[in-house]
Amino acid sequence: MIHFRKITYIISGFLVLLSISAIAIWGFNLGIDFKGGSLLEIEYSEARPDASQIKEALKDFQIGELRIQPTGDKGFLLRFKEIDETTHQRILKGLVQSDRASEKRFDSIGPILGKELQKRALIAISLAVLMIISYIGWAFRKVSRPISSWKYGIVAIVALLHDVLIPSGVFSALGYLKGVEIDALFVTALLTILGFSVHDTIVVFDRVRENLKKNPGVNFEMTVDKSVRETIARSINTSLTVLFVLFALLFFGGETTRFFSLALIIGIFFGTYSSIFLASPLLVSWNNWSQKRKNKFKI
Amino acid sequence: MAGKRFLAIFLFLLGVFLVYFNAVPFVAQKSFFNRLPFKLGLDLRGGAHLVYKADISSLEGADIDEAMAGLRDVIERRINLFGVAEPVVQVEKRGGEQRLIAELAGVSDINEAIKMIGETPFLEFKTERPVEEKDAILSAQEKQERLNEDPYFVSTELTGRFLKKAAVDFDPTTAQPTVLLEFTDEGKEIFARLTKENIGKRVAIYLDGAPISAPVVREEIKDGKAQISGQFTPKEAKTLIQRLNSGALPVPIELISQQTVGAALGQNVLKKGITAGVAGLIVVALFLIIWYRFPGFIAVAALIIYAGFMLTIFRFIPVTLTAAGIAGFILSIGMAVDANILIFERFKEEKKLGKSLQNALREGFGRAWPSIRDSNISSLITSGLLFWFGASVIKGFALTLGIGVLVSMFSAITVTRTFLLALGISEEKKITRFLFGVKS
Repeated sequence: MIHFRKITYIISGFLVLLSISAIAIWGFNLGIDFKGGSLLEIEYSEARPDASQIKEALKDFQIGELRIQPTGDKGFLLRFKEIDETTHQRILKGLVQSDRASEKRFDSIGPILGKELQKRALIAISLAVLMIISYIGWAFRKVSRPISSWKYGIVAIVALLHDVLIPSGVFSALGYLKGVEIDALFVTALLTILGFSVHDTIVVFDRVRENLKKNPGVNFEMTVDKSVRETIARSINTSLTVLFVLFALLFFGGETTRFFSLALIIGIFFGTYSSIFLASPLLVSWNNWSQKRKNKFKI
Repeated sequence: MAGKRFLAIFLFLLGVFLVYFNAVPFVAQKSFFNRLPFKLGLDLRGGAHLVYKADISSLEGADIDEAMAGLRDVIERRINLFGVAEPVVQVEKRGGEQRLIAELAGVSDINEAIKMIGETPFLEFKTERPVEEKDAILSAQEKQERLNEDPYFVSTELTGRFLKKAAVDFDPTTAQPTVLLEFTDEGKEIFARLTKENIGKRVAIYLDGAPISAPVVREEIKDGKAQISGQFTPKEAKTLIQRLNSGALPVPIELISQQTVGAALGQNVLKKGITAGVAGLIVVALFLIIWYRFPGFIAVAALIIYAGFMLTIFRFIPVTLTAAGIAGFILSIGMAVDANILIFERFKEEKKLGKSLQNALREGFGRAWPSIRDSNISSLITSGLLFWFGASVIKGFALTLGIGVLVSMFSAITVTRTFLLALGISEEKKITRFLFGVKS
């Protein structure tokens, strides 16, 4: 596993770079729970009218930019700026009277609430990263040879960033190309990926720790390679079971959790990939590099 | 051994019971076990989640907390008036703002409900403005300035928050309907002071910002009772006291966010969630049995017991299930088997080292533990943070995932070990080797 590390570094590096550029260029398409606004889902009893008719019916309301998206067979999702209840009722009257239709869902969120959620999301993610770093540092505090415990932590964080950046990049692209929105559930998915990514990396590192204790004489690269081989069946099988349920959720679950499960699927896949092909090889590379530096100084 | 077997049989029966207990609500309408139903979130049963901002600019300090508590009670009463099952009304302080969150489940006409809450009357008592101030404002208003100031009256601290009850009465001489107000003990004192200080002057009563009556105070009123004799028709008076009795709002409120889901949509989401859960469970079970054979089968039994436990916990606590919560539970099904996979892989390794089947099993359970513990802690960290981060949608997810991680540590380890060891497989028969997927 460890021998392919140049190739896997290139693949991971490329994907991460791609994701970062996607985020830098396109940013995220924030949903209404982050930026405020209204979302109205309406369903017609017969065939739905043309989107232009809806635009016509709503043109007199001060609702900012109106985006219309068909949903299901007979429905529309309408997005516009946040409105008060009176305007909502008037809009509804306009829409329902012209055709036989019923409102299935209506959300209107003020911009202040959205800002707040943005802030809390950022805090939650930073806190999660911090707590996980300290946890890894603590869990591996007794391992110091040949590389010190904090390096396990750093490597786990690199893997973790990798696992979070790639789904973020994919969703940035999806947002630009398909109008997929980032909502609170997406942040939830990211945090879950964080947990899972570390979970997976820890199992491999645990084995490294155990093998180091068992055979102190063996060279580090071989020990890591052995540990990865020993845990690879578990890593893959665990991810498989999680991916199975996520695919079930993607195909059979409701609209609400569709993109949530997609984000998780991407994250879990790369989480497992990175614990095998990125985190463990990085440990070896780091060790080799510091070994080389030490030797240089000796000469 | 006998003890282990007894425990295994007990766990097995418990599992069968739990599955039955949790399947009942979906098949039979009337059953003893339906007394403790699943609690569904708004997004699954339909309903409205409303966030109001309270205008507390006129209050400070402890008064704010008190006013907010009063506001909550009043709105709770309002909501109860139109028969919402278990409404959730809570006060939240965030970023210097006081908010009120109301969750109305299963309301057929949400828009009507919003209107009712918004229309709740705001009652105020005002006293006469000093003459110089009045003249100043009036002359300013002639020049189109200070237009939104009331030249005649100033607000006092006496508002509907101090109202105990209201009743209709008829004036014995004119037969005109009047409205009787009775204040709480605190309100009584304020009203007494107010009337004492304003004898011979007018005290105006404002409803929703408009004056309805401005009687002249003749003497100090100590009993905390006031009478409004505006020009009411009997019907108007009756509506007014109904509105006042269900609660005058202590502070004005403004709706800043609403999320409503129709009941049909919610039901659809729930159905899909259950389908996804069952499908996920079946695929994971098939995978475990095909890959790990007999131990895999045992793990599936443990997984079913796990699911039974989880659903029971959801009903007992109770955990409010949302679409995201169900997703968390489904995800936890996939994660719950991780401990089993760790153990079985370890078992295979130990077996390869030449240990006997029983020993390898014991070692597998023992040595896998540190990994199981360490890896689950990181999941618990994220669930904890998510719970804190949470808008209510996410809280549901964090809660089910967090409980799932905890329960699965028990079910995957204890339940699987009890079953496997209770079977007492020690014979190295061909069939045993096949069942455990190991070479001799």
